Amino acid sequence: MSDLSWSRFQFGFTVSYHYLFPQLTMGLALLIVIFKVLALRRNDTHFDDIAKFWAKIFAINFAMGVVTGIPMEFQFGTNWGQFSNRAGGVVGLPLAMEGLFAFFAESSFLGLFLFGERKLGPKGHLGAAIMVLVGSWLSGYFIIATNAFMQHPVGYRMTSNGLFELSNFPAFIFNPWAIWQYCHNMCASVVTSSFVVTAVGSFWMLMGWYKEHATRILKVSISVGLLFSLLQLFPTGDRQGKMVAYYQPTALAGMEGKFHSSAPADLVIIGQPDVDDQTLQNPIVVPKVLSFLAYGSFGAEVKGLDAFPRDQWPDNVELLYYVYHIMVGLGTMLIGVMLLSFILLRMGRLFSSRWLLWILMLAFPFPYIATIAGWMTAELGRQPWVVWQLMRTSQGTSPYVSGGNVAFSALGFMGLYALLSFIFLFLVGRVVAQGPETKPVPVGKEA
Amino acid sequence: MQTVWFIIISVMLAVYVVLDGFDFGAGIVHLCVAKTDSERRTVLAAIGPVWDGNEVWLLASGGVLVFAFPKAYAAGFSGFYMALMMVLWLLILRGVSIEFRSKEKNHLWRSFWDGVFFFSSTLMAIVLGAALGNVIRGVPVDSTGYFAGPLFTNFLLGPHPGVLDWYTVLVGVFAVLTLAGHGVLYLIWKTNGEVQNRAKRLAVPTWGAVLLVGILATIATWIVRPEIYTRIAARPWIIILVAGVVGGLIAVFVNLKSGKELGAFLGSACFIVSLLAATAAGLYPNILVSTLSPADNITAFNAASGRYGLHVGLGWWILAIILTTGYFIYLFHSFRGKVELNEEGY
Repeated sequence: MSDLSWSRFQFGFTVSYHYLFPQLTMGLALLIVIFKVLALRRNDTHFDDIAKFWAKIFAINFAMGVVTGIPMEFQFGTNWGQFSNRAGGVVGLPLAMEGLFAFFAESSFLGLFLFGERKLGPKGHLGAAIMVLVGSWLSGYFIIATNAFMQHPVGYRMTSNGLFELSNFPAFIFNPWAIWQYCHNMCASVVTSSFVVTAVGSFWMLMGWYKEHATRILKVSISVGLLFSLLQLFPTGDRQGKMVAYYQPTALAGMEGKFHSSAPADLVIIGQPDVDDQTLQNPIVVPKVLSFLAYGSFGAEVKGLDAFPRDQWPDNVELLYYVYHIMVGLGTMLIGVMLLSFILLRMGRLFSSRWLLWILMLAFPFPYIATIAGWMTAELGRQPWVVWQLMRTSQGTSPYVSGGNVAFSALGFMGLYALLSFIFLFLVGRVVAQGPETKPVPVGKEA
Repeated sequence: MQTVWFIIISVMLAVYVVLDGFDFGAGIVHLCVAKTDSERRTVLAAIGPVWDGNEVWLLASGGVLVFAFPKAYAAGFSGFYMALMMVLWLLILRGVSIEFRSKEKNHLWRSFWDGVFFFSSTLMAIVLGAALGNVIRGVPVDSTGYFAGPLFTNFLLGPHPGVLDWYTVLVGVFAVLTLAGHGVLYLIWKTNGEVQNRAKRLAVPTWGAVLLVGILATIATWIVRPEIYTRIAARPWIIILVAGVVGGLIAVFVNLKSGKELGAFLGSACFIVSLLAATAAGLYPNILVSTLSPADNITAFNAASGRYGLHVGLGWWILAIILTTGYFIYLFHSFRGKVELNEEGY
């Protein structure tokens, strides 16, 4: 493998692993605020217990997010030196702003949120929770703004020696790509956390533990989960897809496994792309729907990969095709599960429908998979460019870093993250088993 | 404008070293000053609510560096590839050791994380010092604007030095001692009882060693890069910073003797900030000195990004730093006084 391949592998691996944690904490921050507001409004201590319980899960995930996030900022320079050299003057701004505006707020108020409840009182504590929410959601925006520039560069100027320079800050930071990508991403984060919260509620319900807490948890998490999984599809997913169709037609063709242009174009549900033959094997399609989804008309032409020179095709069409279909397929199923649960909840039959509680308990990994698949769709679809049609990924690496160096660090990350995963699962499992009831520990015996 | 950003980054890094420095220091000395589990928890509780915010100064400085001096960021980070990967692993281990230790009561679990915390804090302090040593000594940047910095070559100076040579290792040792001393003073200020007593006994020997190695490092710097001192001599206002270094050091010893806990800690903060600021002022306008040719030096002028961007960024930076100062004052105020252990937290 070349240094380029190793660097792509390492970045992809470390960023996917990292994003397992923020996608939970960003959504969970919202749910914790909801639980805390309900506790205050209804004067219901069960909601307080629930908020406290999730704060423990939040803290573990947040710590994992922080420690696995630091390598991301470093790797722009260590592995993608030429990219940061040329584009740093533009994409560095949101990275700097993330540190300055989001991380400072988050880290300061997280300490207060986790350890300051007694000092702050209930309202002050809610305030700290809200600041953590605001900080983490701001952080998300700055990262998306960075990525949006790579997907759809706006607000820049190219200098005579080939460097990107910021020329219009409002245009850059309010990149239309960033706005829809952000909404789509944040909805996904709330969906993930709703499923995780629902899974724990269902687990307690099935075990017959903490019934008072479990019913309250499920009522909130299923309502929130349904709302956001619908928003995930429409309008955010729809608008995101239309932007890909409009600005990145090669990515759309790769995602759909569409080798040949046609009008109208069919939507592929299942099938296996054969890039050498440029065909889709065993396809199951819905006629004309792709034309409609991409351009709003059932007769519109959708370009296939054959309309573009081969050196502009995404370099891994197979993987791009599958991750996109995994995202869409799972997203649809998640809506179905939440819709069914919500209906049964309204009918008052959810808590006796053990089969559905089983499904809800076991479903939580799937939104994670859908989210990572979604990000892979965005990043593989952008290839072979690191900045869309302006800079190739192969031109972005660090000139003096060899494949052997990156292989060493990539394997190191894999080993370290495997270890972290065991510790993480052990700790989260224990918190879930301990449950939400706060038993006061006698002073002096806690050690 | 480039100069303004050079100052901003130097100041942010100095603030980072002062803030994260005391929690590194706590990690370096905690095995000596805290023996029992509740003493170890006292040390962690003293840094627990703030260490993450402290570390954000590193991330924020990194972000500002990418944005303001992309060329310096790209050259430095890719050149120190292997060293930085190890920094990342150490930072990861250190973060989880602080956060995960308290989650399980088994004493083997806790001893394990205590060891990891000590190991990662100590190595990080050496690395931070060695990084400073590399910036002072220079790196083999060539005309492409990049360099390859192996971890070590023959431990000698020369046109192609490794990240570790006798000089950078010396600066690394100096950094370990200084941060250990800084952490000791922080613990004296924030704790009481046995932890504080042990820290008090450790303070004077540690700072004596800082003084001794500091003098050695100053002489070594004279050998390695005499330009720094000629620049300092040519810019008389830097004398204020030199006075800050000496004054901070005196304040540490005087306040230790008279038992002014906060005063001693602020003395060491003043010492560290002044030392780093004087070094930055001595390097300016260079960010990365080339050991191959002065024409290849990466400076605040040839590495800066566009003017418009730097202007926009400055406005946001000022706003952010006002907010951040507010957060930190509020945070440190909320956790003021000596630490108390309770069943929540560390």
